[in-house]
Amino acid sequence: MSRVHVTCTINGDPAEFLCDGGQTLLDALRDEVGLTGAKEGCGTGDCGACSVVMDGRLLCSCLVLAPEAEGTTISTVEGMASGDDLHPLQQCFLEGAALQCGVCTPGFLVAAKALLDRNPDPDETEIRYGLAGNLCRCTGYDKIVRAVQAAAAAINES
Amino acid sequence: MLSAMKYASPTTVAEAVGLLGSEPDARVYAGATDLIPQIRAGRPEPSVMVDLKRIERLCAISSSGSTYTVGAATPTADICAHAGLAAAFPGLVEASGLIGSDQIQSRSSWGGNLANASPAADTPPSLIVNDARAVIAGPGAERTVAAADVATGPGATSLGPGEIIVEFELDEPPARTADAYLRLIPRTEMDIAVVGAAARVTLDGDGKVASAAIALGAVAPTVVRVPDAEAALVGNEPAGDALAAVGAAAAAAANPIDDKRGTVAYRRQVAGVLARRAVSIAAERARERGGQS
Repeated sequence: MSRVHVTCTINGDPAEFLCDGGQTLLDALRDEVGLTGAKEGCGTGDCGACSVVMDGRLLCSCLVLAPEAEGTTISTVEGMASGDDLHPLQQCFLEGAALQCGVCTPGFLVAAKALLDRNPDPDETEIRYGLAGNLCRCTGYDKIVRAVQAAAAAINES
Repeated sequence: MLSAMKYASPTTVAEAVGLLGSEPDARVYAGATDLIPQIRAGRPEPSVMVDLKRIERLCAISSSGSTYTVGAATPTADICAHAGLAAAFPGLVEASGLIGSDQIQSRSSWGGNLANASPAADTPPSLIVNDARAVIAGPGAERTVAAADVATGPGATSLGPGEIIVEFELDEPPARTADAYLRLIPRTEMDIAVVGAAARVTLDGDGKVASAAIALGAVAPTVVRVPDAEAALVGNEPAGDALAAVGAAAAAAANPIDDKRGTVAYRRQVAGVLARRAVSIAAERARERGGQS
C-alpha cells in the first residue's frame, strides 16, 4: 500500500515523513520521526500522555491521523528546552519532584505550557481544570500544580 | 493498528459527498474523538477516513441578519471563544465547553456530537431547545432538518447513505429569552453525563413565562423533550408550583437505563432536579437580558 508523504514543521524545524493513512500522529512522531517524548497511555484521549500542540491547538496525538499533519506546525516536549537550558516548567517539575515514574510528564509539560501561553498567571483552580485532560497515577497532582505555579512565577519574573 | 485505512481530506462539500458515494465503507470525521476509540475497541475499520476539517464551510462561524451559522466540524474551543454565540446561547455554549478536556475541546464539534448519537451527548439537548437546524448535504439537494430529528437511537441517525451534516443554523433568540444547561457527573470534570438537562425560557413583560423548551439527555435512547413541563410553565412565573410541576414532569418523562453511571430511580430524580434548576437559571438570565434581543 502506498504511504502518505507529510511535510510539516516540528519544533521549529522543517520535517517530512512517510506514514500510513490510518496511522496516528502519535505513532508517526514516535516511529517515523523518532520523537518518543509523547507517550501512548490510553489510546482513547483520556490520559493526555500523548499531548502535542498542532497549529496552536493542544490535542491528543493518539486521536489525530498522521496525514492530518500536512502543512501544520507541531510542538512536542522535545522542543521545550533551549539546548541544555530546560524550560522553566521542566526545571520546576524537577526541583519540585512533580513526577515519579515519568510516563505522564511529557504530556503534562506540553499541556502546562499551552495553559501558561494562554493564561500566564493561572490560579490553582485554573491549573487543575487546565490539566484535567492529563492523568498521573503517581504524584497525586499537588506537586504538579505547585510546579506549574512556580514555573509561572519564574516566567513572569524573567 | 489503524494502518489499513486510507485518508482523504476533501476541500469542498461536493468532494466529500463524492468520496462517500464511491467508497461505501468510508466514514467522515471531524475530531475523531469518538471514531478512533470505537475502531480501537473493535468496530470495523472504515476503508477511508474522510477528514472534514479542510472544508472551510464546515469550520466557519458566521452570522447573517438574525441567524448564526456554525460549521458542523468547528472545534468547540472556537465556539466557546465566540462572544456572539456565548451571549446569545449561554447554555448551549456551556454544554459545548463541557465536552472533555482542553485536548478534546480542540477537536470536538457539534456535528460529531450529534452524529455520533450517544444518548449522553452534552450539546444535543441545548441545540434542540434552541430550535437549531442541521443543514445536510448528500447525493441529492441540500436539505435542512431540525437538529431534534437527526439522532434516532444510540449510534443511529436519520442521515441517509452519503449524507453529512454541513452546518447548523440558529436564530438569534427573541427579547427576554435565555437558555441554560446542567449535567450531573460524579466529579467536576471529564466524565459522561448521568443526566443532562437543557432549558430555554422566554418571559413576557410581567415576568411570566411566554414560552419554554425543556430537553433531557442521558435518560432515554434519544433526547427527550418534556412538553408537560413546558405547558406547566407557560402563563406562570417560573417559581413555586410551576417549577415543582417541571420537576415532576421531567422525572416522569425520563426513561433511563440502569448502568454503572446511575440507576433508573436515581436518574429519574436527578432529571427532575436538573430540569427545575435549568429553568431557574434560564429564567434569571432572561430577566437580566430584559428587552435586549
